[in-house]
Amino acid sequence: MATDAISGLDALEVAANAKMPRRAARVWPATWPKLLAAAIAVAVWQAVVWTGWKPEYVLPGPVTVGRDLWAYLLTADLWQGLATTMRRALVGFAAAVAVGLALGLAVARIRVLRAAIGSMITSLQTMPSIAWFPLAILLFQLSEQAIFFVVVLGAAPSIANGVIHGVDYIPPLWLRAGRNLGARGPALYRHVIAPAALPAIVAGLKQGWAFAWRSLMAGELLVVIATKTSLGAQLNFAREFSQSDRLISVMVVILVVGLGVDAAFGAVDRAIRQRWGLDPA
Amino acid sequence: MTITLLPGSATAAVALSGVTKVYGRGRSAVLALDGVSLDVMPGAFVCLVGASGCGKSTLLNLVAGLDEPTGGDVRVAGDARPGLMFQDPALFPWLTVAANVELPLKLRGVPRRERRDRVAALLDTVHLGEFARRRPHELSGGMRQRVALARTLALDTPVLLMDEPFGALDAMTRDLLHDELERIWRERRLTVVFVTHNVREAARLADRIVLLSSRPGRIIYETPVDVARPRRIDSPEVSALAADVTDRLRAEVGRLGH
Repeated sequence: MATDAISGLDALEVAANAKMPRRAARVWPATWPKLLAAAIAVAVWQAVVWTGWKPEYVLPGPVTVGRDLWAYLLTADLWQGLATTMRRALVGFAAAVAVGLALGLAVARIRVLRAAIGSMITSLQTMPSIAWFPLAILLFQLSEQAIFFVVVLGAAPSIANGVIHGVDYIPPLWLRAGRNLGARGPALYRHVIAPAALPAIVAGLKQGWAFAWRSLMAGELLVVIATKTSLGAQLNFAREFSQSDRLISVMVVILVVGLGVDAAFGAVDRAIRQRWGLDPA
Repeated sequence: MTITLLPGSATAAVALSGVTKVYGRGRSAVLALDGVSLDVMPGAFVCLVGASGCGKSTLLNLVAGLDEPTGGDVRVAGDARPGLMFQDPALFPWLTVAANVELPLKLRGVPRRERRDRVAALLDTVHLGEFARRRPHELSGGMRQRVALARTLALDTPVLLMDEPFGALDAMTRDLLHDELERIWRERRLTVVFVTHNVREAARLADRIVLLSSRPGRIIYETPVDVARPRRIDSPEVSALAADVTDRLRAEVGRLGH
């Protein structure tokens, strides 16, 4: 049946079947500004090197670093270090997600709990995670546990805050509609509250990841475990042996990992917005 | 003047007797409803008309069981849970059109295969069969309200409560939805309690119009509607009735000195 037979004037509102542009045509407009920005950053870096502000062995140019980065990518060191670091990040983040989701949900729905620890979660979030390390090292010595402890403490409050924020901002009408449709108790959580809060939860996860990653890097610089190489440990060694080109290579790897994860969260966020119809057409 | 309709009839689909609702406490307490008694017979189409703030929405919430009365008694025949519709379709943006309609069936534990057939039938009922896989934001306001109607019908409830459901639509779309609602009401022998501040809309749809006063909400007037169906919103009979009800409403508003 044609749309005009069932709708009045408002048939005009119905979105036409918009043609999806080809993948390349969609990706390029988002990519070239990033490439340009990166090129400008590299150019500024090169210009600073050319001014002779610092000697080459302290601040190497992009070409030197590029050559070292290529060599670094071919070493087993990098991949072992990356594997250790990523494993710590994922385990810590997963634990933070479990703690953050449970805590956030409890605080969002239980009034007494909110009065008791609601503001504490926010203040925990503002606490620089590196400030936890002295205590963590006292408690767990220079160990995996110390790093894990700080990564979880760094990330969980952001995730909990995302959940609290998401639940607080659910339109009351959705809850009324959901209850009228028969969703009560756990079913209301599963079918209405959780999906309605999802955008804010994803934002909380993204921020939580950023905190976890920072805490982890701080941890790997401070808590050097001799038997295990990691990105942080390699950064430290490069400084100690005055390998400035390697130092910057490690930093580039850390930056790239951060960008990659950010892009993944961005994709999830975009998918949700598109689904909900919040994407600017 | 308060007209108390004979309450307590055992055969009523919805029976309110002496319903009072107070919001807040102490000095800031607001009396939203004051002794409202109303029986709605099975298969009736009752329109509640009143100025804003007359407690119409409060009344529907009480009947829907989303809120408790401060005093009096609200009864729904057979303990059926009435379906509720709002001015906003309140569709869930994370679900497709079909999944929105499916939700009440899922929550009731209807098996998957049966759900699929029921959803298809319901969407056909509101003429949206081909939009099953769309998202709510891709539809027009009128179409969204049709989806909300299909979703409410999926509750399989004999009582439909509607809170200004077409208030946000243009006149042409509203006319079409009036026809549609009337058809579904007759086919399914539903009992409808329809809240509106649009007197013409009430005269177009109702068997019976009930006028509510503002602050506190009381029933001040009620009239049966004897105009033969099918009706047109611009027919002389509907217009005459609307004018009459509007005069009563004006007198009420004037009494309050607004």
